[in-house]
Amino acid sequence: MTARDALAAETPPVAHRAPSSRDGMVTRRGRGLWLTHLGLILGVLFIFFPIWLAFVASTVTQAEIARPPMPLLPGDRLLENYGRALRSGVNAPVALMLGNSLVMALGIALGKIAISLLSAFAIVYFRFPGRRLFFWLIFLTLMLPVEVRIVPTYEVAAGFGMLNSYSGLIFPLIASATATFLFRQFFMTVPDELAEAARVDGARPMRFFFDILLPMSRTNIAALFVILFIYGWNQYLWPLLITTDPSMNTIVMGIKQMFPSGDDLADWPVIMATSILAMIPPVIVVIGMQRLFIRGLVESEK
Amino acid sequence: MEKRVTFKGLWLPLLLVLPQILITAVFFFYPAGQAIWQSLFIPDPFGLSMQFVGLGNFEYLLNDPYYRASFVTTAIFSVLVTLVSMAVALWLAVLADRLIKGSGTYRTLLIWPYAVAPAVAGVLWLFMFNTRVGVVTWYLGLLGYDWNHVLNEGEAMGLVVVASSWGRISYNFLFFLAGLQSIPRPVIEAAAIDGAHFWTRFRTIVFPLLSPTTFFLLVVNVVYAFFETFGVIHTITAGGPQQATTILVYKVYADGFVGQDLGSSAAQSVILLAIVSVLTIIQFRYIERRVHY
Repeated sequence: MTARDALAAETPPVAHRAPSSRDGMVTRRGRGLWLTHLGLILGVLFIFFPIWLAFVASTVTQAEIARPPMPLLPGDRLLENYGRALRSGVNAPVALMLGNSLVMALGIALGKIAISLLSAFAIVYFRFPGRRLFFWLIFLTLMLPVEVRIVPTYEVAAGFGMLNSYSGLIFPLIASATATFLFRQFFMTVPDELAEAARVDGARPMRFFFDILLPMSRTNIAALFVILFIYGWNQYLWPLLITTDPSMNTIVMGIKQMFPSGDDLADWPVIMATSILAMIPPVIVVIGMQRLFIRGLVESEK
Repeated sequence: MEKRVTFKGLWLPLLLVLPQILITAVFFFYPAGQAIWQSLFIPDPFGLSMQFVGLGNFEYLLNDPYYRASFVTTAIFSVLVTLVSMAVALWLAVLADRLIKGSGTYRTLLIWPYAVAPAVAGVLWLFMFNTRVGVVTWYLGLLGYDWNHVLNEGEAMGLVVVASSWGRISYNFLFFLAGLQSIPRPVIEAAAIDGAHFWTRFRTIVFPLLSPTTFFLLVVNVVYAFFETFGVIHTITAGGPQQATTILVYKVYADGFVGQDLGSSAAQSVILLAIVSVLTIIQFRYIERRVHY
């Protein structure tokens, strides 16, 4: 997740207006209504067209693509092309790359959530020396995307022998405190009475954390998970640097590696099947958890 | 903001922040410090030692025509991406907001490209405009237009701009729609009763009330265009032709990893760091101010 996404949570919450106030004066009826739909449908077509073409290309033969124009309706090679991609791919089986992406995305999402929950708990519910300093250090990390410090970060990862490893893919990308910042904001809104009651009852801090704070943060954790999973899945530059062994490639960066370096014609059906496969997991997460995703992106926790 | 109720303990909180401190120190602060440090040196031709040059790398960069050209390219690219993706998104959001029923369906249909990685978006658009097999290229050829983004600099820029804006529409659409739906309906209805037509209402009421969202999106999209479009550039043009699409982030990569010019690459990182800091400060100041609305 970038600092920008964290800041997104600072924008105003969605005000839900009463449905009764939405009458025909401002909203459209009749011909205007159809024009509105037409405009939106054009937008949807613009969004879908590249994906549709990719899907069609993943179901036809190489020969059909090599003789333009390619067909605009799906062919009958779907199973064959996807099977070929998953089992053998070009440099490495795509099934392997999917697995790598999954490990990376889950590692980043879960790892970042875990360390951020713990440190946000510490800075909100304890007074300890260096607390303010720590908070400002967190604030600094909001500003610096990994793209800006790639060369030295690469040297550090190489120094630890993390090239071509999952830890190399994951750790450098959880080294920012955006999630800590968000959890801190949320913990500040938790009523003091809860901590007070826990203290009076003699509950130890970690007991309070696991029994009260964690269950209360469920929705925030889920919303953050969606954003972080997509962030991790879609990484490109970092995996490109850190994985030189094709069997460690992630699917998003692996697609480009499937193009031939010379003048040969690319194996488009397999490349397009891989592109479709690369989109499916994050799209499922976005559509399936749409409400949480929008909440994570747009709404703020006051 | 401080909590009134806190727990006692010294070692526990330190233990709790330890994982984050370790990871951030090793993979964030140390590399960021290294970038700043390295930007003050140049390696000798054999890579055996480093020579201190002070601000020499920066001086060299600012006088380097390629670097200046990359600055201009980045400016053009980010302005275009921001404008295209925001204009299309605002248009769709305004339309969706006018619907009583069905705006939720359109939202579902429009938001999911957010999940498509920039690099994958790059491959999709590369396929459509491929000089040998691209469908759009072929139909443009029928119309008598010879598309070749491999050779034509303007076409290369156009293609990376459209491919970068395409996936970004979803994000902007979500924020614009949320912004539009939070505008109190009676305000707009009052104007409608006074006889203001749609365009007048939009210009005089809706757009001004939407300005916090618009400003937020402006900053966010510029940052996106600066840093997150690397995948699009790398898959479609690899910075070419003749560096026509070499944006600053791509140049850091090209000089640092392909060209192995560590001092210059580090200095470029520091300049980017300065740019992103300024953008972040603008954003925070603006958000702080808006709290008092």
